[in-house]
Amino acid sequence: MANSIFLATKELTKIYDSITVLQGVSIDFYKGEVHALIGENGAGKSTLCKMLSGAISPASGQIVIEGQAYDGLNPEESKKLGVGMVYQEFNLVAELSVYENMFIGKELKKGAFLDKKEMIRRAKEVFENMGVELDVMKTISQLSVAYCQLVEIAKALLENSKLIIFDEPTAPLTNNEVDVLFEIIHRLKEQGIAIVYISHRMDEIFNICDKVTVLRDGQYITTQTIEETSREELIRLMIGRELSSEFPERVENIYKDDEIIMEVENLNTSKIHDISFQLKKGEILGLSGLVGSGRSEIVRAIFGADRIKSGDIKINGEKVTMKTPQDAIKKGVALLPEDRKREGLMLNQSIKLNMTITFIDKLAKGPFVNKKMEQDSVEKSVKLLSVKLASVENPISSLSGGNQQKVVLAKWISTGCDILFFDEPTRGIDVGAKKEIYDFLFRLKNEGKSIIIISSEMPEILGLCDRILVMYEGKMMGELDAKEATQEKILTLASGITE
Amino acid sequence: MTKKKDISTFITAYQKFGILVILIVEIIIFAILSDKFFATNNLMLVGRQISFFGMSAVGMTMVLLLGEIDISVGSILAFSGCLAVKLMEEGGINPFIACVIAVGISVLFGFLTGVFVTRFQIPSLIATLAMQQIIKGCTYLLTGGIPIRASSEGFKFFGQGFVFGVVPTPILFMIALFIIGFVVLHSTCFGRRIYAVGGNNEAARLSGIKTNKVRIIVFMISAATAGIAGIIMASRMGTGQPSVGTDFAMDVLTATVLGGVMLTGGKGKILNVFIGAIIIGILTNGLVLLDVLEYWQWIVKGFVFLFAVAMSNIELFFNKDK
Repeated sequence: MANSIFLATKELTKIYDSITVLQGVSIDFYKGEVHALIGENGAGKSTLCKMLSGAISPASGQIVIEGQAYDGLNPEESKKLGVGMVYQEFNLVAELSVYENMFIGKELKKGAFLDKKEMIRRAKEVFENMGVELDVMKTISQLSVAYCQLVEIAKALLENSKLIIFDEPTAPLTNNEVDVLFEIIHRLKEQGIAIVYISHRMDEIFNICDKVTVLRDGQYITTQTIEETSREELIRLMIGRELSSEFPERVENIYKDDEIIMEVENLNTSKIHDISFQLKKGEILGLSGLVGSGRSEIVRAIFGADRIKSGDIKINGEKVTMKTPQDAIKKGVALLPEDRKREGLMLNQSIKLNMTITFIDKLAKGPFVNKKMEQDSVEKSVKLLSVKLASVENPISSLSGGNQQKVVLAKWISTGCDILFFDEPTRGIDVGAKKEIYDFLFRLKNEGKSIIIISSEMPEILGLCDRILVMYEGKMMGELDAKEATQEKILTLASGITE
Repeated sequence: MTKKKDISTFITAYQKFGILVILIVEIIIFAILSDKFFATNNLMLVGRQISFFGMSAVGMTMVLLLGEIDISVGSILAFSGCLAVKLMEEGGINPFIACVIAVGISVLFGFLTGVFVTRFQIPSLIATLAMQQIIKGCTYLLTGGIPIRASSEGFKFFGQGFVFGVVPTPILFMIALFIIGFVVLHSTCFGRRIYAVGGNNEAARLSGIKTNKVRIIVFMISAATAGIAGIIMASRMGTGQPSVGTDFAMDVLTATVLGGVMLTGGKGKILNVFIGAIIIGILTNGLVLLDVLEYWQWIVKGFVFLFAVAMSNIELFFNKDK
């Protein structure tokens, strides 16, 4: 039963804006086998899965399903051929019942009317096969997250899926719920269904998977059976790359007196738990961890962008409350958000407005903007950060990613803040601009500013930071000094493994 | 390729000169079709008509720049005029003070709208639809549905007088409001914040802007400009008329959107709104001169509004398949 291939990818490649995100990936997925896909953020796992589910089409390569080769699938074809997907975020209609959700878009009819009886019967049947007791008449809004996930699985089964992709399925679940899920996965496996299992949690991979494939930077590294590999080896394979020269070389903190600028004690929000740390003068502190581990949530909470449940923040030894971003700005704190386009910029507005909006009242006499001061300030920033532009009156959308990021930098530097949070400062930026931003960060550091950096690129974290804090599921797993930190050590902590 | 280029040249040209061309074409058409169009009397009539919704368009421009909408302006127009006249006629209050009170209460309505939109997260379309009904109710409670005649000569000057012997005062008021609007949007911190919030609310919030405060103030400004227009209209008619303003919001919106202000916010220039107001004023007047049945006028205006909105989105429309 477990020895025939259901789906195989052949040399799948995907290119976005001339960047290769997936390169010649070939993997065989067998019936009745749980196959883990692992890799760092951006390794290409989700790109691959999107191709299988038909959300995107490959630039080259083929998908072979039961011997039949396809150059690319659309979502309908993919479903029809038996590929099901359980997303991290559920696609369920909250106010409809379980069975209605399962039959959305493919309702059974009796003449002109819906055949409710039959739909309910079939829905019940699916849950029985899964070994789950659930009233299919309940509306989705009455269900817990775990049950919503079960409904998603039931939906995939109803479509006769022969391969089901689970994308981080255990992330929202409690331990007991995870056990239930694993039982269901076992059952599916016995029924000869192929499972693709994406997870960052090593424990789970060793608990439930038969095989594991490692991807790195869009490339296929290896496939191993779970018996022949180990956690250490997998982590090594996931990192694999050499520190290349595009990443910065660390600069020592010249402020040796260890003056503490900011202190966070037992910070809690709905996403992070009991976070405590200190930030020193002239220091770059790295926040590492996987996407969703609570890195961004820490800086957003301190900056007043998210609601804080409890905890204290001290700046220069004084307790402060920063409920809104404007409170934080007044205390000299700045945040360069993760998503530049959604949170950092007003894309259709001018470069000038984007550069000055954080401190426009300082360029004004009473309510009126002093246009000369405004112009001077903008010119100063353009020069300081060497932003390449035609005119500051042009919309900021006319600039390249790197130059846009420099504008975001400029609007914060000009506020004269002393504490800066950079969330993924070099995402989607070309190598040249990256280097300029690194140099600028070191310059700020030498001026005595205190910086927190969040980055998914480990060499960047290792090259920039004096100390590194590693997060896992909203908790702080540990602190590493830059001198002793290695990619292996970070990834070990980031996978939730404590030695 | 070339076709795409043609389209983008057309878009740029339309955004720069489109409404000027529409205005000129419109004037030529009405001048040819009606010999009364260029008569001094008629031009003054048009000027006065434009000035009422022109004033309100200044506030509406700011509302639309935030990506919001205000359809309660017609009700405020009627309310403010009636209240001012009632206060001075039945309360014996000095006309000037009566006007200040009327605008003040209009602003209060704007504040309420702002609170509903920000604190209670009610979409502005719905919030102002409700406010429109509420304010209309207030107006009819105030007047019993009967127009109130104004006797004060000083008050009538606002709407009926002339400055320098030739320029009707309402036009002057409108021009003053447009200048103030221009200065606010282009030369004040508050103007920058309006564009920032309209451009990207989340980015504006994370830049330390009190986005809710900006919204509330803008709804107050919109109510203020509608309130001022209401007083001047009452003065022009010599009565506080509870039934005015039924099509007012539509005219104001059309003028603003014709001026290139996008309903999605963040983009638009107030000077073009001025031209947009003239276009709508001339259209209304021209249709009357040509003796077009009022029912047909409504239909025409509805289509003009749709046209204006479509043209303000024209870029999105053609860039969709990019």
